[in-house]
Amino acid sequence: MNILEWTFVASVLTATAPVVLAALGGLLCSVSGIFNMALEGQLLFGAFSAVVVSHLTGNAWCGVAGGVAATALYSAVLSVSAVTFRADPVVVAVGLNLLALGLTSFLMRRILGTAGTYTSPELRGLPTLASLGLGKITVIGPVLGPQSPLVPVAFVLVVAAAWWLKRTRSGLRLRGIGQHPEAAESLGLKVGPYRHGVVLAAGALCGLAGAQLALGNVTLFSEGMSAGRGWVAVVAVMLGGVRPYRVLGACLLFGVAEALGFRLQGVGLPQQFADAAPYVITLLALVLASVAGRRRSARLEFT
Amino acid sequence: MSRDVNQVMSRVVSRLMDRSGTAVLTIAGALALTTLVMVIVRVDPAEAYPALIRGAVADGNLEYTIASFVPTLGMALAFAIPLRTGEFNLGGDGQMALGGVVAAALALRVPLPSGIAVIVPLAAATLTGALVAGVSAPLRTRLGIPAIVTTLLISSPAVALASYLVRFPLAEAGTGNAQTPLIPDDAHLPSVGESGYVTLGLPLILLLTAAWLYVDGRTVLGYEIRATGANREFARYGGVPVDRLEISTLAGGGAFAGLVGGLIVLGPPFRFVDGALTAPGYTFTAIAAVLLATGRPVVVPFTVALMTILQVGGQGMERDAGVPSQLTQIMQGLIIVIVAVLATVRHRAGKRAVAAAIRADAPEPGEAEARSTEPARAGQAAGVTEAES
Repeated sequence: MNILEWTFVASVLTATAPVVLAALGGLLCSVSGIFNMALEGQLLFGAFSAVVVSHLTGNAWCGVAGGVAATALYSAVLSVSAVTFRADPVVVAVGLNLLALGLTSFLMRRILGTAGTYTSPELRGLPTLASLGLGKITVIGPVLGPQSPLVPVAFVLVVAAAWWLKRTRSGLRLRGIGQHPEAAESLGLKVGPYRHGVVLAAGALCGLAGAQLALGNVTLFSEGMSAGRGWVAVVAVMLGGVRPYRVLGACLLFGVAEALGFRLQGVGLPQQFADAAPYVITLLALVLASVAGRRRSARLEFT
Repeated sequence: MSRDVNQVMSRVVSRLMDRSGTAVLTIAGALALTTLVMVIVRVDPAEAYPALIRGAVADGNLEYTIASFVPTLGMALAFAIPLRTGEFNLGGDGQMALGGVVAAALALRVPLPSGIAVIVPLAAATLTGALVAGVSAPLRTRLGIPAIVTTLLISSPAVALASYLVRFPLAEAGTGNAQTPLIPDDAHLPSVGESGYVTLGLPLILLLTAAWLYVDGRTVLGYEIRATGANREFARYGGVPVDRLEISTLAGGGAFAGLVGGLIVLGPPFRFVDGALTAPGYTFTAIAAVLLATGRPVVVPFTVALMTILQVGGQGMERDAGVPSQLTQIMQGLIIVIVAVLATVRHRAGKRAVAAAIRADAPEPGEAEARSTEPARAGQAAGVTEAES
């Protein structure tokens, strides 16, 4: 087992991509002052709708578009309840996560006609970059070759979001709304529409994440296949705050843990430990980061 | 005098109407939306709903429903107790699974005299649940990491650990099934009634629920817990040991989850079957029930009964009418969302009424303030208002 070989890097990127897409959605909401905990349910809903649309149309890209559109629509429930009605986003998110689990399992039986896992040779997955002609280049070939085109898109979107928040007028306004909604409103900014916008954008990003998970990483849908990745994304947002690159770092940490877990399973570690590893590592990172943060603020107080 | 009594009575009645109005409205809304889902995927509601009711209360099934009521009520307390201080315990599955494994291990591996063969595993399960949940408390009080995240993150590894223990060290030799051997007869929970489904767990959990209701409503401890949930900093200022209460309520909630795990394992089928504790979804059924009770602990057993009927009935619906039982999960999710929305709508309507009353005397302070309030915080759906630190 060699951690440093390129295929390991490739599997880290594969594991990270869905999480980083979902976390990016959570980050945007967090910047605007809404704590979005519904990422898990939205990721699952995105995976399901992407598979259903791909199954119905026979085209993976239609599946991606369908997943994005359907999940953005699903996230409208959160945006209407939390922004328009000012309901507690945490409680709404608990409900939405449960609703997604129920809806996807229920509709799976009615639409796809199976329980548990749906897979079929007719179900079209996303093409790999190698099949699009990237396979032969050194380093890029083995690292990006087995990935779907959505994987590089995920990382490009992080850079784009960082640039948008830092350099553009609307990005600055979004940050202002998150830091002080009343002040932003008094300057004539429309707080509501900005918040609706980012919650819906988070839904769309989760749809993209789900599509990558169900049509990129694998080509199937199984009940509860998000398997806590949405929660890891929530923790990544807590770790990274409103800084996109820190959130990316947290997601990469999870990706390494998952890829490592897979490898160790290959050499005989029980599956249960491989399943648990990403959560344990995420939790440890959260605790360590909080301890470090506390130390730093304590030092500032005393000097 | 009698007029005063009348006035108080009418106020109580109108309050009850108002609050149970929320619950009725929530259930009506959830039913309407669920029916909509049914119609869209061409399930006949006229066939599905009667099948659901039959599945929950028709002759053989009622005892089974009562048997499921026990773990659901226990998990409701596991969620409701920390919620009174404003914390969300979403890790019930892990606390329950590890509690169950510890109970099974003790019952299988430690020979105990028949008198305490039931009590010791149950106590150990309770303690395990309390420890697993208690880990989240210092993370919240010392490091400020919300319990909702840590309980959930701890839950998955805890369930995985339980699954590992059941599949390997504690597995039944030679069968290849992911389950422990049958626990010895001495450790079986005595059953109540004829079917054998309902065990001594039912009176036990009812007694403990009554005890919780008493502590919550009638004691200083309960008052301090509610004060912490209503406004943490104000409670701290008033001398309430907020951090200690946080630890005890989280551990107390976990204790109930662990106890439920023990009760399941020591009841029929008298073994730990991997996945059997978490698969019925007691944790989230209970969460929906507690949120539906909107902060009135006394109502919790009734909402739990309702949600249990839906949950068990859903399985009957699947058998009888071929409608996937996940429909009840959809209904639960909808109930939580609608409760959250109605809680703030009612809260704001109340504020508006107060503002209008003030406006009659003084010039307009109300509306701007009502609009600028932060999105209503966690506790409001549960009837406690949390002050974020």
